[in-house]
Amino acid sequence: MNRPLLSLAAILLLLPLPAAAATLPDDGGRGLEIAREADRRDQGWGDSESVMRMILRNAHGDSSERKIRTRALEVQGDGDKSLTIFDEPRDVQGTAFLTFSHALEPDDQWIFLPALKRVKRISSRNKSGPFMGSEFAYEDMASFEVEKYSYRYLRDEPCGELTCFVVESYPQDKNSGYTRLLTWIDQAEYRTQRIDYFDRKGAPLKTLTLADYQQYLDRYWRPHRLEMVNHQSGKSTSLLFDQIRFNTGLSDDDFNKNSLKRVK
Amino acid sequence: MLYRALLAALLSATSPLSHAASTQLSGYVEFELRHFFNDPLDPVQASTHPSAAVEPELYSRWNDGDDSITLTPFARVDHRDSERTHVDLREANWLHVGDGWQLRSGVGKVFWGATESQHLVDVINQTDNLEGVDGEDKLGQPMVNLVWLTGNGELSLFWLPYFREREFAGLDGRPRSQPRVDADQAAYESGQQENHQDFALRWTASFDLVDVALSHFHGTSREPQFRPGTDSSGNPVLTPFYPLIDQTGLEFTAALGNWLWKLEAIRREGFGDTYHAAVGGFEYTLVGLFSSDVDLGLLLEYHVDERDQQASSPFQNDTFAGVRLTFNDFQSSEFLAGIIYDNDSYAHLGFVEASRRLGDAFKLSLEVRLFEQLPPNDPLYSQRQDDFVQLNLAYYF
Repeated sequence: MNRPLLSLAAILLLLPLPAAAATLPDDGGRGLEIAREADRRDQGWGDSESVMRMILRNAHGDSSERKIRTRALEVQGDGDKSLTIFDEPRDVQGTAFLTFSHALEPDDQWIFLPALKRVKRISSRNKSGPFMGSEFAYEDMASFEVEKYSYRYLRDEPCGELTCFVVESYPQDKNSGYTRLLTWIDQAEYRTQRIDYFDRKGAPLKTLTLADYQQYLDRYWRPHRLEMVNHQSGKSTSLLFDQIRFNTGLSDDDFNKNSLKRVK
Repeated sequence: MLYRALLAALLSATSPLSHAASTQLSGYVEFELRHFFNDPLDPVQASTHPSAAVEPELYSRWNDGDDSITLTPFARVDHRDSERTHVDLREANWLHVGDGWQLRSGVGKVFWGATESQHLVDVINQTDNLEGVDGEDKLGQPMVNLVWLTGNGELSLFWLPYFREREFAGLDGRPRSQPRVDADQAAYESGQQENHQDFALRWTASFDLVDVALSHFHGTSREPQFRPGTDSSGNPVLTPFYPLIDQTGLEFTAALGNWLWKLEAIRREGFGDTYHAAVGGFEYTLVGLFSSDVDLGLLLEYHVDERDQQASSPFQNDTFAGVRLTFNDFQSSEFLAGIIYDNDSYAHLGFVEASRRLGDAFKLSLEVRLFEQLPPNDPLYSQRQDDFVQLNLAYYF
């Protein structure tokens, strides 16, 4: 069996597409349709590994870099499974997260602490909390499932050289840190180009822009540069993908508490 | 076919995988300063104890990651206590991963457990008693460990062919018992002494929000019993005695919203009368305290040991309460403070553990340990003067 233990991994995860709630002005189900189409186009990727850098900046211009690898496995009919492994900073090298994400149920999540060799289940309610001190929340990193939001199509709008659908989406999970998201999805390939996040009070919180899309397996588009800017704190985080691979031979056996202990 | 192989070779040769190399050296060097607040019980003991330690790790993998070796030596040099100046091989093992199974052979380290304030079930590795007082530092254990994956969990078998004796602070060391423990006079129930062959197995599984584990260990107890004796000069000492035990353990964790419920329980035979002990409680996490990035964790655990006042552990009817702050900042700042309160004697142990990264490669840690109002029959009574504060500065490479 081909098991590239330490290669890279995938995060296939980031595309919160928005859209339609029953109580809102009727969009004829168009928002949900757009979300489903984007989801449909992204099905069948199987497994992937990614190598990335996360650069954190505060309002004073100080920065700090993390090096991360992820492995992901598509699960039909449920949320995906993923392993996230830290290579830097060096004091947390080998620290890893295992996540079984679910559409509506809370995710199952464990952390491996290499100094103690301890695998510890962690509370899944931290989804609104920052991922490793960055401007990405855990929920921003989680796999996209259509059922996680309700949707409303708003309008068409130019986005760069493309034309985008602008779709509003509402998290179904009351533990989400957001009341709504505004998402720009290009009409050519249904790629998320931008997301505006609104906090629990409805105020603008963050903007994510996704760039440097590349196509894999002649089908799946992945952004290689993501910029998250927090409008309230002035902090920002860049997520730069150095490598993404598909069909790496990962299977269910690579996503359990045992594999978490030996991922490094 | 040839084309595909060439392409694959080319791709792997040009992979910018600098942080996923097949052989890597990492680790840390640290400087530590311990200061004891109170006058020592024994005038030969000092109040300020500087020391330094290093723990490099060499890791190499091949065969597409299905085989790997890990080599992790450890050394500490302590300015005051020659016994605390010690070396250990934390890990030196070969791991082979098969299809649905894995085999680890050599010196390794294994953690079993669920709770935070005591690790009752964790029985594979000997505690490195010289490093810290929380029992979380471990000596490397020679083992052959075979693991089968079972879908939602695993079954793990251990053959432990050699026993590691616990080490104890020397005459100048703090904290230490009064009188000191003379590890050179260690005695065993088994005539084979440290060559007694120990075995263990553990089954663990996850069901949605719940993790459970059941384990059994047969062999030489990692925890010694203590007997009064004298050293070669006729001074009173304690001598360790290692009985053969059978220990069955249960671990349980459930994640219910903001609550993590945790339980560990053991039944131990051979360590005096057969007894049961347990520790259980919860950790409640408040995410984003006062709309900040800070998470607040509240911990409460209860300890019970049916040997009551005859228990070799100080936690026979005790309550642990703790507060954990996770700052989620650039520097990964963390703070944990707690108190373990004896519900019978009102003795209490207090502690603080805090840490913060400095720059990219340094980490500063603070630890405080307090031993308060210990009665004479408490197993920790002779450490009643050994309250200390400890600062560590570590460089990671």
